[in-house]
Amino acid sequence: MKKSLIIFSVIALFLLTAIILQSTRPYQPHPVAELKLKYSKKHVPSVDHSKLAALQVKFTTPEQVTEACNACHTERYKEVMRSSHWNWSREEYIPGRGIRTIGKKNVLNNFCIGTQGNQQSCAKCHVGFGMNNADFSFDNPSYVDCMACHDNSGKYKKAAERGGAPDPTVNLTEIAEHVGQPQRSNCGTCHFYGGGGNNVKHGDLEMSMFDPSKDVDVHMASEGVDLQCTACHVTRNHAMAGKVYSLSSMNRNRSTCEQCHTDRPHNSDVINQHTVKVACQTCHIPVYAKVNATKMSWDWSTAGRLRNGEPYDEDDADGNHAYMSIKGSFVWKKNVEPEYVWFNGTANHYLLGDKVDTNDVIRINSFNGSYDDRDSKIIPVKIHRARQIYDPVNKTLIQPLLFAAQKGEGAFWKDFDWNAAAAAGMKDVHLPYSGTYTFVNTEMYWPINHMVSKKEKTVACAECHRRENGRLAALQGFYMPGRNYNAGVEVAGKVLILLSILGVAGHAAVRVAAGRKRK
Amino acid sequence: MKKQLVYKRFNRFWHWTQAGLIFFLAMTGFEIHGALAFFGFENAVRYHSNAAVVFMVLIVFAIFWHFTTGEWKQYLPTMDNLREQIAYYLDGIFRNAPHPTRKTVLSKLNPLQRLVYLGLKILVIPVMVMSGLLYMYYRYPQKYGIESIKIFNLETVAVFHTIGAFVLVSFVIVHLYLITTGHTLTSNLKAMVTGYEELDEEKK
Repeated sequence: MKKSLIIFSVIALFLLTAIILQSTRPYQPHPVAELKLKYSKKHVPSVDHSKLAALQVKFTTPEQVTEACNACHTERYKEVMRSSHWNWSREEYIPGRGIRTIGKKNVLNNFCIGTQGNQQSCAKCHVGFGMNNADFSFDNPSYVDCMACHDNSGKYKKAAERGGAPDPTVNLTEIAEHVGQPQRSNCGTCHFYGGGGNNVKHGDLEMSMFDPSKDVDVHMASEGVDLQCTACHVTRNHAMAGKVYSLSSMNRNRSTCEQCHTDRPHNSDVINQHTVKVACQTCHIPVYAKVNATKMSWDWSTAGRLRNGEPYDEDDADGNHAYMSIKGSFVWKKNVEPEYVWFNGTANHYLLGDKVDTNDVIRINSFNGSYDDRDSKIIPVKIHRARQIYDPVNKTLIQPLLFAAQKGEGAFWKDFDWNAAAAAGMKDVHLPYSGTYTFVNTEMYWPINHMVSKKEKTVACAECHRRENGRLAALQGFYMPGRNYNAGVEVAGKVLILLSILGVAGHAAVRVAAGRKRK
Repeated sequence: MKKQLVYKRFNRFWHWTQAGLIFFLAMTGFEIHGALAFFGFENAVRYHSNAAVVFMVLIVFAIFWHFTTGEWKQYLPTMDNLREQIAYYLDGIFRNAPHPTRKTVLSKLNPLQRLVYLGLKILVIPVMVMSGLLYMYYRYPQKYGIESIKIFNLETVAVFHTIGAFVLVSFVIVHLYLITTGHTLTSNLKAMVTGYEELDEEKK
């Protein structure tokens, strides 16, 4: 009877434990298998544009192609002309600063610094033609470049330094007859090469993403679900989900992992708890720039050295530019571990004309957020560090004139004279220039969202949960198990244990000694 | 002297299961704390959480056993003999003096043991269970939409849990030593293994 009670207790103990552990396992609302099924269905176009008579003509100007598009898609150009891809600006509320119209049109960066004055070159990545200077007409429908995003032939190419016009070798008729939904190749042509070369800016968006392996990006790998950019950057009426915080400020219209995966996608509750404070990307993108190096720093102050009166370039050991007379010195890195910051979805920007002190590093953009802010999560970022031109009298960053068609207009890339470039550039943006310049340290923050690794490559627990040198070592002011401890409790606890051991040992010693004496 | 059944079958099962669990929880717990490296952090978390569930089920069983058998009365604190018991450990034990408190089946614990074990039962273990549950499930309220009791800072919870852990480790050290202070060096250990111990005859 008693024996069976004990056996019953043991069995019951195990059963109850098993039931409790089982019931804490959450169900997955969106299993990955279902997502794979959903996204493996390929889009089948309803129209074959090569069969349309209106496109079987010889186009001599790109504007003619746009007009042909608009003849059928009569309202679409209006949607494009409302987009930031066209306007290079949008209204944003910047916390503490109010509503500002900001975008590529008027915001600085710490790569090629800014578009203003340099439109003719920068417009290679504008969804339009004819942006040769600041007087570009943003309301001419014929200037909309449909082909940049909708060419499915892979042969469309915009010319360098021609205000966004296609390369003269492009067969416009062939492009017009092979249009369709945007592919990675369309988006990548601009977004992989921002800042004047492959992977200069983002770090997680570069030419390997045209056709990435699963090790590079689980989502976009052609051997996998082969997602195109627009699978996540869902687009309705030419308005796209998602934007980058180099140019935007508000927590709106974001394209997030959770939209497909929910914020509790793991089998383990402990791991699901992390999503309150940790963004998916933080663990799932252990490194970026996995295939080709990205630019980590840019020192403009060394620009302008000439050999025999001519500009020159020097490469680093991996074949990336280490120095260019027109741009200065660079440091490139591959397989980079991100840095981490708190982010609540709102950002601040250095806006042209802002007066700033140079005691600290000037932040071209900065992310708002903290541990105590319940909307904030830890996100991985690339921080691009630069030394760029600054007016110490007016205390403003300078927008220099870089590009011009010929010498003598003050453009740095032709004349290599910082003073002239600063004067001409600041005149273009209608801001004062004192006549003296120096170089200051700046930082620019780029969220890392792409190059999501396979789950086997996810950041391991102990890479953060460790006393020293964890990935989150720079983020302090909150308690992380394995890293943090209360110093007082730690000392008191150790003293308590030490005293227990000493007390016990002392007592035992006296007992042994007393025992011997008795004998 | 008479051999008597002092620790009944469930008592021993409970004691040794608890002993094993506390040892295992300390190992895994101090690894999570960053003070040890043995299983690896991720495994340590998983083992610790699962062992904690086993421990809590065991606690429910033990509470049931204590109340249905009346064993809970063993832990009622008493001032009788307290002074003598302290004096025994500080002096008498070295002179081979007799134990001041007579151990019987109905009163197994001396007044010091009563105080310490009661303290464990009503203070240390509850603190560990409560802080442990909050540590493990602090997101659960939010999961079901009860935002108001969401915990934003683990520090308080973790610090209480750590304090409890240090106290328990210290208890275990002293407890292990006190095993040797029975009638003979091993009589206490044997009693907890077999259940039987030679006790003084009760005076009639």
